[in-house]
Amino acid sequence: MESLPYSPDLNRLQEVRPALEKRAAILRAVRDFFHRHGFLEVDTPVRIRAPAPEEYIDAEPSGDCFLRTSPELHMKRMLAAGYEKIFQIGPCFRAGERGDRHRPEFAMLEWYRAHADYSDILLDTKAMIVSAARAVLNTTSLTYQGRAIELVPVWEHLTVQEAFLRWARWDPLKKFDPDRFDEDLVTKVEPSLPRDVPTVLTDYPVERAALSRPSAKDPRVAERWELYIGGLELANAYSELTDSAEQKQRFAHSRMLRELENKAAYPEDGDFIRALEIGIPPSGGIALGLDRLVMLLTDSASIDDVTAFEE
Amino acid sequence: MYNASDLRKGLKVEIDGEPYMITEFNFVKPGKGQALYRCKLKSMVTGSTFDKTYRSVDRIDKCNLEERDMIYSFQEGDHYVFMDAETYEQVHIAAEVVGDKKYFLIEDMEVDILFHNDRPIEIMLPNFIEKTVAHTEPGARGDTATNVLKPATLDNGYEIQVPLFVNEGDRIKIDTRDGSYAGRVS
Repeated sequence: MESLPYSPDLNRLQEVRPALEKRAAILRAVRDFFHRHGFLEVDTPVRIRAPAPEEYIDAEPSGDCFLRTSPELHMKRMLAAGYEKIFQIGPCFRAGERGDRHRPEFAMLEWYRAHADYSDILLDTKAMIVSAARAVLNTTSLTYQGRAIELVPVWEHLTVQEAFLRWARWDPLKKFDPDRFDEDLVTKVEPSLPRDVPTVLTDYPVERAALSRPSAKDPRVAERWELYIGGLELANAYSELTDSAEQKQRFAHSRMLRELENKAAYPEDGDFIRALEIGIPPSGGIALGLDRLVMLLTDSASIDDVTAFEE
Repeated sequence: MYNASDLRKGLKVEIDGEPYMITEFNFVKPGKGQALYRCKLKSMVTGSTFDKTYRSVDRIDKCNLEERDMIYSFQEGDHYVFMDAETYEQVHIAAEVVGDKKYFLIEDMEVDILFHNDRPIEIMLPNFIEKTVAHTEPGARGDTATNVLKPATLDNGYEIQVPLFVNEGDRIKIDTRDGSYAGRVS
């Protein structure tokens, strides 16, 4: 490549080019995967009226609307209308999130399957990540930040309770302490998770169910898992909550918590609530940080290494 | 007060009345959980470090630091006496705060001193100073290699490695940041 006069912006663009070429190949492999498996690619609005109220996720205002923090509610409305397998790749925005693995604007991959649950979504995830790795690396053995990882065949499964008993030495299902849960998850559990195989942390305490449904087997936990590969938290999946009464209750609870913390109030998404009342089939869904998948497959330490511009 | 979201590498904060610098900083956020701000903090007085994780609701004290131009006057027992270049006020600084920098103090030399709430915590020397070699063995005749070093001693007892061609009575330049030889003046 021709060398340019000194210009931090343009020099940076030249440096990240190999990563961006891989990023494009990953995007193509991901799209191919979903098309091959009969998923419909959809685009839902980026600028929305009513973000889902979540205690710790803050939407950026945009005029009299907000930028989406996730396409979740719109995609679930499509499930209610009979779309059974849909996926979307696009930007999402979360105020105040900036670090090696966070940017206020990032690329999200979400997909939903009707008549399915979180274990069906896990199969999709495994197959999708393996096919993306094969497409860009020609192998399923990779190295991330100096450690070898085998993507096939075994993925480690750990319940949140097992992981906390083992590394934080308390039981989050007995008495849930939200502050201690977050801090121990980040400082004790995550650093101890296996690094050489993908690890699925599953069955979160219902207090951290977010929009997932409670387990039929154990009412103390929700059908939610998170995927970690090489120490990177890549994705969050649910058996979707489709009970409209419980959903309204959870939204009301999150609204109250947001109000207590003096955070922006969001209008109610009436269309989403109506879709739930009419009926969303039992479904599984997932949000995967696409930038982090690119970090993993390009052995990049920071999200800034896999994006063209630093805003 | 700082908010947790103001924290970043290099920021100076006050914890339990003591000044600390953030030497490592990381923003982390578990899925659906709260933002956490992980810091490694280094005491600006003792140099000891510890890890601390802040939450969004935490508030952190600002650190009242001030740099003053001072002039080094003389040593008095286990204290070193400096004079404020503007007010002529004398300040006594304990030997443990001065540390190994005592070897590089020269009378009437200007230094910057960092004060935390009027307590001196760090002396910032010029990067280079000049000193006279008090003692060193003569180098072997004809050996002009500059990468071979021999020990030398300054008049204050400081030991330094110098090239073979440096003789007793020579003025040499010393880099105060790592205490190494940086050239011969005469």
